[in-house]
Amino acid sequence: MNIHEYQARELLAQSGVAFPPGSVCDTPEAARAVAEKLFAGGVRRVVVKAQIHAGGRGKGTFESGFKGGVKLCNTAVEVLENARAMLGNVLVTRQTGPEGRRVGKLLVVAAPEIRKELYLAVLLDRAVSRPVVMASTEGGMDIEEVATRTPERIIREYVDPATGLMPFQSRKLAAALGLQGDLIGQAAQLISGIYKTWWECDASLVEINPLCVTAGRDGRLTMLAVDAKLSLDDNALYRHPALQAMRDLAEEAPLEIEAGKFNLNYIKLEGNIACLVNGAGLAMATMDIIQYYGGMPANFLDVGGGASKEQVVAAFKIILQDPGVNGILVNIFGGIMDCDVIATGIVVAVKETGLKLPLVIRLEGNNVQAGRATLAASGLTLISGDSMADAARKVVEAVAGHQAAHAQSR
Amino acid sequence: MAILVNSDTKIVIQGITGSFGAKHALLSLAYGSRVVAGVTPGKGGQLFEGKVPIFDTVTEAAKQTGATASAIFVPPPFAADAILEGVDAGLDLIVCITEGIPVNDMVRVRRAMEGKRARLIGPNCPGIVTPGEGNGSQGGCRIGIAPGYIHKKGRVGVVSRSGTLTYEAVWQLTCRGSGQSTCVGIGGDPVNGTSHLDVIKMFNEDPDTDGIIMIGEIGGSAEEEAADWIKKHCKKPVAGFIAGVTAPPGRRMGHAGAIVSGGKGTAAAKIAAFREAGVGVAATPSEMAETLLKML
Repeated sequence: MNIHEYQARELLAQSGVAFPPGSVCDTPEAARAVAEKLFAGGVRRVVVKAQIHAGGRGKGTFESGFKGGVKLCNTAVEVLENARAMLGNVLVTRQTGPEGRRVGKLLVVAAPEIRKELYLAVLLDRAVSRPVVMASTEGGMDIEEVATRTPERIIREYVDPATGLMPFQSRKLAAALGLQGDLIGQAAQLISGIYKTWWECDASLVEINPLCVTAGRDGRLTMLAVDAKLSLDDNALYRHPALQAMRDLAEEAPLEIEAGKFNLNYIKLEGNIACLVNGAGLAMATMDIIQYYGGMPANFLDVGGGASKEQVVAAFKIILQDPGVNGILVNIFGGIMDCDVIATGIVVAVKETGLKLPLVIRLEGNNVQAGRATLAASGLTLISGDSMADAARKVVEAVAGHQAAHAQSR
Repeated sequence: MAILVNSDTKIVIQGITGSFGAKHALLSLAYGSRVVAGVTPGKGGQLFEGKVPIFDTVTEAAKQTGATASAIFVPPPFAADAILEGVDAGLDLIVCITEGIPVNDMVRVRRAMEGKRARLIGPNCPGIVTPGEGNGSQGGCRIGIAPGYIHKKGRVGVVSRSGTLTYEAVWQLTCRGSGQSTCVGIGGDPVNGTSHLDVIKMFNEDPDTDGIIMIGEIGGSAEEEAADWIKKHCKKPVAGFIAGVTAPPGRRMGHAGAIVSGGKGTAAAKIAAFREAGVGVAATPSEMAETLLKML
């Protein structure tokens, strides 16, 4: 699960991570009020940041044509105008896809005088099964690009989960980032706080980009986290009710939320051949084989190892809500699950939804004879596939035929 | 000999009285596997299905019955504890079926298991099957949730992150008259106990295994590491398949570990590593068995 920047700030601040002052708002008037307060406190410039779960906000464009989801402002009126242009509007960035995300909240914060931009992240290194703190002097940049072009500029400090991140490790990182004097202690405290948040929230990623050396009006240097991204481990959410409450359903695809209610794992894709499969690996492989035979998968859908009749019916209804779907491939390898239960579910689903699209079914495994008999006795127009390859070929052909017939009738 | 388990392996089921554990304990018994004990705290002294003694602790179960391997069916919040209880009891092999364990719990488990004798398979996996000689491969050792009847005793080793894709490969082999030495599901989580490479090394040394099918998916770099080792050291033909060519980056495809992030863990990179290592790449999941059989 992803959370917003303003929520990540709240969590990190609880562990002593310092941020530029400011707060979250959901009306233009509130944004102006926050800005007025910041300016009154001596802040010279204020940033308005659209809160969506996607990167590339600064270079994004709103559907209205308004450019930029992150704006630097010199006056409270400017903040008000920018807030009006952003709130309630859809922001498209390189990470949102063409549909973009509606901006419901803004973060209005002081823009500090930045002297140096650094990068810091905590994540799991799967290869060694340990947490790693990654830091770089190349802050404010795309870290993947830094990793490819100048890998020597990325510093890694592995954490022993038995001790957690030790203070000396934080100091080591601070020194390796080229910090000196008082800043070493400040940065070490910040890094410790970031790791603590990562561990205690069961996060999968905390990323501070940029982590900045800033100068106050008196010239005093201070370390501040200027942006924050935090993703959580879904498996651990059960033990974090406060984090569960941070879920923003507006950021998730409606069909995926609907599928979740039935314990179905559904991800919408761009193609036109829907698939319904048991098991995550087989579901991915089914998408791949559709593409191999020249089709495009419309979704990933794993009904799980012990799917019930009700789940199969719900799954059909969900995939049919995608208007781009022109055909369906059901691929079930019923190891333990009863193929006849799946077959019965398919028959009910086809009747309830009045399905008119080509439906190819590949059924294999436990009690498969009864399942095939149920399908044959249903009187429905179904195409059966003998193997995954056979089924994939047939659905690609059937969908092409269906589209051609449809085009002619128009 | 097969690897990891054989028909003599004595099994304890942790969480035997839960519905999931009970169902699969019965299926393993029906398959002819030696399920000698169950563990459910508070139910020690009772009998499961009138025949398998239940103990309060794994240590007690191992001591009384000589069980050396366990299958874990407890819910995610208690799974890390169950794994370490098995380690503490001195078991050789712990197979954790449970799906949905917090990643940090597994990070701690892995740290706690350093230097210990026990091997962990999983979590979030279908388990292990060493097929037997009976009807529908009965009489072998089944630890976990795989359907026993699809197997056939033979000389191909199968290792996979995905349950259903393992079944698919096994069934393709069986339908072509080719049996399996041992089939190992290592699980779809980002932190697991045993990697592709660990299993490949065991198959490489196993006199009963002639060829290997390795099934991977997007996420992490375990397939690349295995491929690198195969290129240098593997004496046996290996065929492979990688699921997730069409998976969009940044999205978790069902399995917690199946995600392309930061441009890493793509199917294309894994397939390239397979080719580079001389691993036969199945063009589609329908051709996993065929690809290996052509190499034998």
